[in-house]
Amino acid sequence: MALTISDLRSKRQVGDRVFRSATLAGGAAILLILALIAYTITNKSTLIFRTAGLDFFTEKRWAPSADKPVFGALSFIFGTAVTATIAIVLAVPVSLGLALFTTQVAPKWLKKPLVALTDMVAVVPSVVFGLWGIIYLAPKLIGFFKNMHNWFGDWPILGSLFGKASAGRTFMTAGLILAVMITPIITSIAREVIETTPQTDCDGALALGATRWEMITGAVIPHSAGGTVGGVMLGLGRAMGETIAAALVIGSSPTITANLFSAGDSLPSVIAFQWGEATSAEKRSALIAMGLTLFVLTLLVNFAATAVVSRAMRRMQGAS
Amino acid sequence: MTQDLDSRPVVGTSAHPGTALPRPQSQSAGDTPTRESGMVFDVTDLAVHYGAFTAVREVDLKIRPNEITSFIGPSGCGKSTVLRCFNRMNDTISGARVEGDLRYRGVDLYAPSVSATQVRKHIGMVFQKPNPFPKSIYDNVAYGPRLAGMSSRSDLDAIVEQSLRGAALWEEVENRLKSSAMGLSGGQQQRLCIARALAVQPDVILMDEPCSALDPIATARIEDLMQEIKTKYTIIIVTHSMQQAARISDRTAFFTTEVSSEGDRRAGVLVEYDRTDRMFANPADDRTEAYVTGRFG
Amino acid sequence: MTAVLETPPAPSPSEALLADLAGVSGRRKLKNLVMTILMGASLVVILIVIVLVLVTVIGKGWSIVASSFPDWFTTDIPLSPRRPGPGMKAAIIGTIVTTVTATAIAVPLGIAGAVYLNEYGKQNVFARILRFFTSVMAGVPSIVMGLFIYVFWVVPRGTDGLNGFSGALALACLMLPIIVRSTEEMLKLVPQNLRDASYALGATSSRTTLTVVIPKASPGIISGALLAIARAAGETAPLIFTIGAAKASNWNPFSGTNTSLSLQIYANAKESFANANERAWGSALTLITLAVLFTIAARILSARISRGSAS
Repeated sequence: MALTISDLRSKRQVGDRVFRSATLAGGAAILLILALIAYTITNKSTLIFRTAGLDFFTEKRWAPSADKPVFGALSFIFGTAVTATIAIVLAVPVSLGLALFTTQVAPKWLKKPLVALTDMVAVVPSVVFGLWGIIYLAPKLIGFFKNMHNWFGDWPILGSLFGKASAGRTFMTAGLILAVMITPIITSIAREVIETTPQTDCDGALALGATRWEMITGAVIPHSAGGTVGGVMLGLGRAMGETIAAALVIGSSPTITANLFSAGDSLPSVIAFQWGEATSAEKRSALIAMGLTLFVLTLLVNFAATAVVSRAMRRMQGAS
Repeated sequence: MTQDLDSRPVVGTSAHPGTALPRPQSQSAGDTPTRESGMVFDVTDLAVHYGAFTAVREVDLKIRPNEITSFIGPSGCGKSTVLRCFNRMNDTISGARVEGDLRYRGVDLYAPSVSATQVRKHIGMVFQKPNPFPKSIYDNVAYGPRLAGMSSRSDLDAIVEQSLRGAALWEEVENRLKSSAMGLSGGQQQRLCIARALAVQPDVILMDEPCSALDPIATARIEDLMQEIKTKYTIIIVTHSMQQAARISDRTAFFTTEVSSEGDRRAGVLVEYDRTDRMFANPADDRTEAYVTGRFG
Repeated sequence: MTAVLETPPAPSPSEALLADLAGVSGRRKLKNLVMTILMGASLVVILIVIVLVLVTVIGKGWSIVASSFPDWFTTDIPLSPRRPGPGMKAAIIGTIVTTVTATAIAVPLGIAGAVYLNEYGKQNVFARILRFFTSVMAGVPSIVMGLFIYVFWVVPRGTDGLNGFSGALALACLMLPIIVRSTEEMLKLVPQNLRDASYALGATSSRTTLTVVIPKASPGIISGALLAIARAAGETAPLIFTIGAAKASNWNPFSGTNTSLSLQIYANAKESFANANERAWGSALTLITLAVLFTIAARILSARISRGSAS
């Protein structure tokens, strides 16, 4: 039988095209969802922006059930910034220490257990950290906060940060819990980036008479700084958006103060906490607008983080 | 290059290196002549194990000052492993154990009181793949002196220039000391690594196949450089190329793998160690002859 | 490390050299030591935290789960938080229903997306944009996902919209980017020569992907998906707006309100009644155990599949 063109042109090509389109649809779903998120929550936020205008962002007061309700997001934005900052300040040294210990100091047999330990922290659901924070940790922290205030209360800057403590649920408590939660994120990224440091670079430093720490600062850190910064920013994004753990331990009273031992509130926390009581359309819209604010803020942080990480990865691959 | 070797004054003439054949374990080293204090390294019955695996054993060597000594041999014969003993780089490999006696100018390098970090200041190393740090050319060269605590700008400038000149790189990078070392060519990077090692003002420079990643022209430059600097330094080089060993070195040590007498495991051994001209012209051991004539390896 | 031979009568080494080799300056040595201790200290810190959390959860949770066994798993949640006693059946069922539904939505979509990125899009502009936004989406806070599904899916359906399926949609949004990223990583690891072998036998690209590439990568894909599932099972924020607040068991994701272990932990932790707090600890222990079981099941599954594909 003679071979014809149609024999070579597979009938299965149609199936192939369908399959390819299906996979494309799977990928496009991500873009669609992101676009829908942006559109729908912006749409639902317009009500509050129409009534409160841009004052929504600069207004400190939050009095949704007053006769003349006031909706201001500033104290929540402040709380988000403060708790995320505390979390980063506490988590970054621990994460980097842990990543360096795992990759540079620990003997070979200890590496896997150490990675498993870090991963275990990541597996504990955030609400469990919240539960632990509110019932176990917070009552124990009151005494610690009071001591810190007594010791450092008169110091110039620390004095205002470590003010009077009245309760265990504070900015600092939320920051502590968030720090625990973002530590595995930063650690695992830092560890991966550090491991890309070529052994020859480490040998080069050691052969010049460097101690281990000098080898780390001379060869490992210059190599991994970019990627690690990206990892820290991803951790920051997570700390800003983490809801339930923060909602349980932050104290839920919108405050703007330098005192880290004061109860406060944050964007995700207030949305979760007050959603159930939000019966007026205005209040719902205000809470959704705060969700929009959070979305935009974390989007910016993640844009930057993704760009930093991918650039660092490219540079490292190109350099080798 | 090698014709005038016989007329070179060699310190400690009482000992002819000769062949270092495996010796009985029990033999006392007591007959070692004390006049050999002029040796840079004096290695007796060295063995290196990685866990249960023996990489190399029964190595006896004496390295003379201001000479180039090459280590040659097939892959896996332990020549790099022995090289890495001289500046205790094997310490960084977990599970590595070094046995035997390794003396650097009379000091037991593996004595408990000796610090590996400090050893590496005296004994510099250049690696197979150029490995400049991702920093500027200047900072690469200044790295070692800074570790040693040198912070004066003018001192650093002086030592950077001196080291780069020493590595025959100064003219090429003089105007871009602040630009990244990663922008240099492979050959330039390797010379930068040599400059970086020189800046520590070492006594010995170990080179682990320094030219294997380079093209012939860059290789020739490194070889010329080695001839220039050997008046000031003692150089030990591991090389895969017999031609290179023959071109540049005063003495050559040939390693190979051998099945151990006790067991069935293969381990590296030192077969022959002699003046390069003699080794290539008239090897004492059949295995050496087989290797240098290309019948094996 | 030191010599094993009897020491030869060594030529007396230069004292100065010996002294110089003896050690780095005290300051540098000290710095190295301090930094090493600090690195070790960070390990101690994280170890203390994880041990404290686990010990508290297991200690406090075990007392209620064990003392009311098997009622803990077979009775519904007490209507008043003040009442003592067990019952998390509704929450356990709710967690299973929402998580399984979310998995059914997110895993096929996620794998499809990853296949597009790795097998078709590769480095084209659209694929690169997609990759970038996948990373970005992975960073969107879970509460925003909940708000989105509330506004987009629940509101148009009124109170009927509060059900397990809505919660699952929110969880699926959370899982999707995680699955796309981990699956793509796994597909990348499949050697090109396997694909070539399949093409050389006349297989089409879809057939090659479905019968060669995905099976080869499946252990990795599964463990990636399980990480996403574990994350989703523990999530609370997306469910607050979407699932309602049931106390009775409901296996049907499409109708009627539901609840979950995570929601029950959250609700009971907020209460000031000791009885409610006790139930929160019990739920926390149940949730962690469930997550661990999931993980073990996954390990066994992926081990079996990788054995199967190897033979």
